[in-house]
Amino acid sequence: MDDSRRSFLKFAGISALGLGGVSILTGLKPGAVTAADTASEPLYKNTEKALTAERWGMVVDTRKLTRSLCDKMVAACHKTHNVPDLDNDRHTIKWLWTDGFEHIFPMKHDQYLAERLHGLPILSLCNQCNNPPCVQACPTQATFQREDGIVMMDFHRCIGCRFCMAACPYGSRSFNFRDPRPAIKEENPDFPTRMKGVVEKCNFCAERLAEGKMPACVEVSEGALVFGDLEDPNSEIRKVLRENYAIRRKQSLGTNPSVYYII
Amino acid sequence: MNDKGKIIVGLIIFVAVFTFPFWYNHGSATQPPEPKLTDKAKKAEKCVEDTTYMRTEHMQILDEWRDTVTREDKRVYVNKSGKEYMASLSNTCMDCHSNKEDFCDKCHTYTSVDPYCWDCHTYPEEKK
Repeated sequence: MDDSRRSFLKFAGISALGLGGVSILTGLKPGAVTAADTASEPLYKNTEKALTAERWGMVVDTRKLTRSLCDKMVAACHKTHNVPDLDNDRHTIKWLWTDGFEHIFPMKHDQYLAERLHGLPILSLCNQCNNPPCVQACPTQATFQREDGIVMMDFHRCIGCRFCMAACPYGSRSFNFRDPRPAIKEENPDFPTRMKGVVEKCNFCAERLAEGKMPACVEVSEGALVFGDLEDPNSEIRKVLRENYAIRRKQSLGTNPSVYYII
Repeated sequence: MNDKGKIIVGLIIFVAVFTFPFWYNHGSATQPPEPKLTDKAKKAEKCVEDTTYMRTEHMQILDEWRDTVTREDKRVYVNKSGKEYMASLSNTCMDCHSNKEDFCDKCHTYTSVDPYCWDCHTYPEEKK
């Protein structure tokens, strides 16, 4: 056999060409398959009865609030979302809760406050700010704002750094210091629980809106809560806001909350 | 080159030790587990996609679902043949495959895969 460098290069060149040809042929095949596949790619959409809005908002009518009504609304919310009932105050998880006027509106607390507001439980929840500081603070984008204004938590991404809790001026976020499951009295199988080490908060019942239902608290509120589209001038919420004087929490901070309080 | 014998003996010992796991376990490999279907799943015959596709791609589908549902608020999955399903692990998957131990865990244990889905999402056994 002639072992010259020239014949070796010839042979190598021809082999390389042959291999290249094969790879071109095999390379074509999967391409053809994907092209046929894209015709019927699976897609995602929302249910037809889903409620939509440009910006969801809520009005809390404090004139209609009573202790028992507040308890009822809190219970409805916490039951729907598997919020645990923990004994230790420092571990408490709250989506919807009540507090005194002086705590909810520290900047509006006057020396001679209207008699009616003394000891009145004021309903409090995540303000679903239009300019949410928690979203800016979150390093993993686990907290994000949807197009319809709802500030959501993606628990899959939360790393439990609690920057959002430090950023939220309303104390609307809670951290799971321990596994919440044992502390859930009656588990709702339709909604997931959370795990130890994530932050959670009110989500304006995004999962219920997707099914065409009003938020759980609004459903049992007996008219004390009005929920609707803040951007739609014909919505009920705008009508209520037109006709009543309403305030928002810590407005001077510029977070632009979507929850209004009729005082 | 007077150490020929030592080198060859050493090489034989090295090869023997190196391949020990292969011939020690030869023939004793366990069969991969066959997941059990519930009656409901058997009746349905087809999952949200073909069985072969589901077998290899279910984790990708679930990963896609979790993003589209939570982040894009699109909760309905339309499969390749146009059928619609709610994209939900707890409510759609576990409704049919309600036997987590016999269906999910069997393969996951075999392949030593430990998904943390169940830290938050419930499965039917817990409904009791």
